[in-house]
Amino acid sequence: MLSSPYKVDVLNNQIKPMEHVVIIGNGIAGVTAARHIRKLSDKKITIVSAESKYFFSRTALMYVYMGHMKFEHTQPYENHFWKKNGIDLMEGFVDKVDTQNKLLKIKGAADLKYDKLIIATGSKPNKFGWPGQDLDGVQGLYSKQDLELLEENAPNNKVCKRAVIVGGGLIGIELAEMLRTRNIPVTFLVRETSFWNGVLPSGESEMINEHIREHHIDLRLGTSLKEIIPDENGKVKSVVIEETGEIIDCTLVGLTAGVTPNIDFLKDSGIELGRGVKVNRLLETNTKDVYAIGDCAEQHEAIGNRRPIEAVWYTGRMMGETLAQSICGNPTEYKPGHWFNSAKFLDIEYQTYGWVFSERRKKDSETHFHWRHPKEKICLTIAFNKDSNAFLGINTFGIRMRHEIFDRWLNEKRDIDFVMEHLVDANFDPEFYKRFENEVVSQYNSDFQKSIRLKKKNLKRIFQIA
Amino acid sequence: MSTFDKSMALTGEPPKSLSTIQKLATLLGLSGLGIFLLAMFNINFPNKVLWLSISLSAIAIGIIWFSWDAYSNKLPGIKNDGVWFKSISSRGLWGWVAGIALTGFYIVLYFYPEYLGLVSDGANKGIIALFDPLSRLLSGNPASQWFVYGTLYTVAILAFGIKFLWKYRHNRYEKLRTISVMFFQTAFAFIIPELMARLNGHKILNGGSLPYYDLKNVWPLNYYNFESYRIKAFLSSGEIGFALLIFGILSIFVITPILTYKYGKRWYCSWVCGCGGLAETAGDSFRQLSDKSTFAWKVERWVVHSVVVFVTLMTTAVIYSYLGTDTSKYWLTKSTFLLSVGGLLTLVFGWVMIFKREQLQKDALYGAIGYFVIIIALIGFHFFSGEGEVFLFKSGTLRKSYSFLIGSVFSGVIGTGFYPIFGSRVWCRFGCPMAAILGFQQRLFSRFRITTNGGQCISCGNCSTYCEMGIDVRAYAQKGENIVRSSCVGCGICSAVCPRGVLKLENGPLEGRIDSNQVLLGNDVDLMSLVNKK
Repeated sequence: MLSSPYKVDVLNNQIKPMEHVVIIGNGIAGVTAARHIRKLSDKKITIVSAESKYFFSRTALMYVYMGHMKFEHTQPYENHFWKKNGIDLMEGFVDKVDTQNKLLKIKGAADLKYDKLIIATGSKPNKFGWPGQDLDGVQGLYSKQDLELLEENAPNNKVCKRAVIVGGGLIGIELAEMLRTRNIPVTFLVRETSFWNGVLPSGESEMINEHIREHHIDLRLGTSLKEIIPDENGKVKSVVIEETGEIIDCTLVGLTAGVTPNIDFLKDSGIELGRGVKVNRLLETNTKDVYAIGDCAEQHEAIGNRRPIEAVWYTGRMMGETLAQSICGNPTEYKPGHWFNSAKFLDIEYQTYGWVFSERRKKDSETHFHWRHPKEKICLTIAFNKDSNAFLGINTFGIRMRHEIFDRWLNEKRDIDFVMEHLVDANFDPEFYKRFENEVVSQYNSDFQKSIRLKKKNLKRIFQIA
Repeated sequence: MSTFDKSMALTGEPPKSLSTIQKLATLLGLSGLGIFLLAMFNINFPNKVLWLSISLSAIAIGIIWFSWDAYSNKLPGIKNDGVWFKSISSRGLWGWVAGIALTGFYIVLYFYPEYLGLVSDGANKGIIALFDPLSRLLSGNPASQWFVYGTLYTVAILAFGIKFLWKYRHNRYEKLRTISVMFFQTAFAFIIPELMARLNGHKILNGGSLPYYDLKNVWPLNYYNFESYRIKAFLSSGEIGFALLIFGILSIFVITPILTYKYGKRWYCSWVCGCGGLAETAGDSFRQLSDKSTFAWKVERWVVHSVVVFVTLMTTAVIYSYLGTDTSKYWLTKSTFLLSVGGLLTLVFGWVMIFKREQLQKDALYGAIGYFVIIIALIGFHFFSGEGEVFLFKSGTLRKSYSFLIGSVFSGVIGTGFYPIFGSRVWCRFGCPMAAILGFQQRLFSRFRITTNGGQCISCGNCSTYCEMGIDVRAYAQKGENIVRSSCVGCGICSAVCPRGVLKLENGPLEGRIDSNQVLLGNDVDLMSLVNKK
């Protein structure tokens, strides 16, 4: 579909310019919004980005460094896609938003006028004021530029003798995996007593600790960074550990202690800001015709168990879809469905559906059933309400599960016994994989004095055919 | 993106550098090939049995040793580190060298076998002579260039198959599939036909001789199966010969459609087929080189379907040319044959147009064109052809050009020779008429699909990058759509490399197999029903 910049208004017999929607940021949120606005309308659409001309998958940057893919493979659409669909791409850094005159001030380019503005600028790595955090050789891992910098800082294990990674989250473990593919020694500082145990229940977190060490990564639990020490050229020389005062020599420090909304350019714009851009359920800011989606948006009130800011690929996509409806004349509230997420910890895939909280965050009524394979790095945890037996959520490691099934069971408010009985239906592992439902259910029966009998796989149930 | 490389070392950095063991293994494997090279220059090896064993073992052990060193000290999991840094697997210098060497080998093999030492009226020389003892052991006859090729082909599938088994040792689908192709190549393509040749002249065949028959090769992949000399040979070989002929016909009309309905075309293309077997084992390092652009997809559809039309025309013309006209001698005459071919095609076309039309969209047009070309040509056969002639061509000319263009140049020289440049499945994707016919069934009438797991896709692109058939898997997965593509050979690598567990190859009900369903991208149902409106 080609968009024409003008719209013929038949009733008034005149030609009006098409409404101009400008999107700042070409990540998953901004691009999803653009695509869906184009599906629904002929509006003029411009995406402004300082990071890259074409949309790429941020989550895939690690594979470029590891040599699994080239950068162009991370681009989900061919370069001719944008022109064909009438989506203008503009490279530039937005310095300021002038909401009075509906103008964007862009560094080194003419001002850009908008009728509707979507802020989808994503995040930037957290820096907590550590001494030395801006030294040469200290970096985060978020943007394409961060990846390019990493190629300079750590091209191989001769230039980069040792890397210290600060912050035990998803990006930290990814960075460790990346560096290990080039045989660079890695020390991984994790403030918590066990990897990601603010999110994962202890059994799972413990298994990931083991797996990290299996990959010859020097994992330091309960350890935080005190300061980064420079050499005479202002480059990283070593880090000092807060708890022990130990000094670790290194050439690279990876700061991966979470991310924060990337909204500095909005400071004096009059748009209401908290940690992120404050939005209501329609994803509107306090300023007319200005919206925010993705990592940088902050809900006034958290939705359900979710956090007010959700820096997750999937929520960016959902917000983009929702906002496109609103902008095209169909006001739609952001109502995310049941929570789901996934990640990969080195060789172990992780999926979650519904809510399974860590010991630190869970309510008293939430009970866990945990099963772990005696030898392999495979486990699962199912959360349920100890009073009503209602199924709350599941985490799996090394086992794939079918999204559709858990979404359905959560909608139908099934209880834990039902989930156990039908566990085979939910498995999404490749064909011929070893199955563990028998072991899982028999342990469940013995842990909770139940006598659940596993049902056989049923295609009619899975695909919901009458 | 260019990699930043401050080092001047020629051996490269991890993960692309070779270990000492890998260097030794490479040396060993190349020395095995070196013996062949010496034989090619007519160095006479006194003890052929010994030297053939040494060279084949050196090649096989070299490959296996190399792989053992690459994978044995790593944890099970995806092993694609450095694929795009290594020159052999990213169209670098070594990729081109390997491509040119392989292409050269195929040109000599198909068109100049005398350089390999083939002597038609006397004792073989060169490489072929080196293989004589093994050939005599199996079939009792001296070797030909095809025996040499078959042996090397089998060794490649077995040795690289072991490499593949180690590489994917965490994935049982990949392991079983690979054991299957290794078995079918060794038994069906290599040993059984050679042993069958021993029966020739035996009384069990009524003194007849069976044609060389790889039982798993189905028409139109073995486009020559119904040629006059083979039919005569089948019919002169008693009940066994007749049974084999019937098996050949049943393979394409009965066995293949049933299996494809149940499991998709993967049962053949990545579990049984020899071309697929080589692509999946020796070609595995090159799967990421296939072109994923929509332009390449367009070219693919036109080229592969043209090959189907070409092979159908050619085979019809060839059979037509040797059939008689007198019903009293044999029930199958020229006109009955043409009518039945036309009737069958009309049935298939009618069925698709009536029941499956809405699933076809643009492709229907291509189908229709192919169909009419064939029908018009059939009418042409009937009215304009003399003895053995079709229009202005002799059926023999049609057959020869097919055999040259498709059978040799496309499947061999380009299909395999260009592995390191265009990826491992160029032939399967652009040229194989068998794959196209199975694909047609898979697209319209099969339980097979790759299910996309709700909204879990992060658009990373591993699936598309490692699809050897050049399918942009991600384009479907990120929309929450299942992947039902005629070209998918079901190798399962997209599912294996997916970091988020999004893809699953499975057989399920036809209902809802193709329909895109975005409800599960994670948002609420009301919104998603709006999004799904087209």
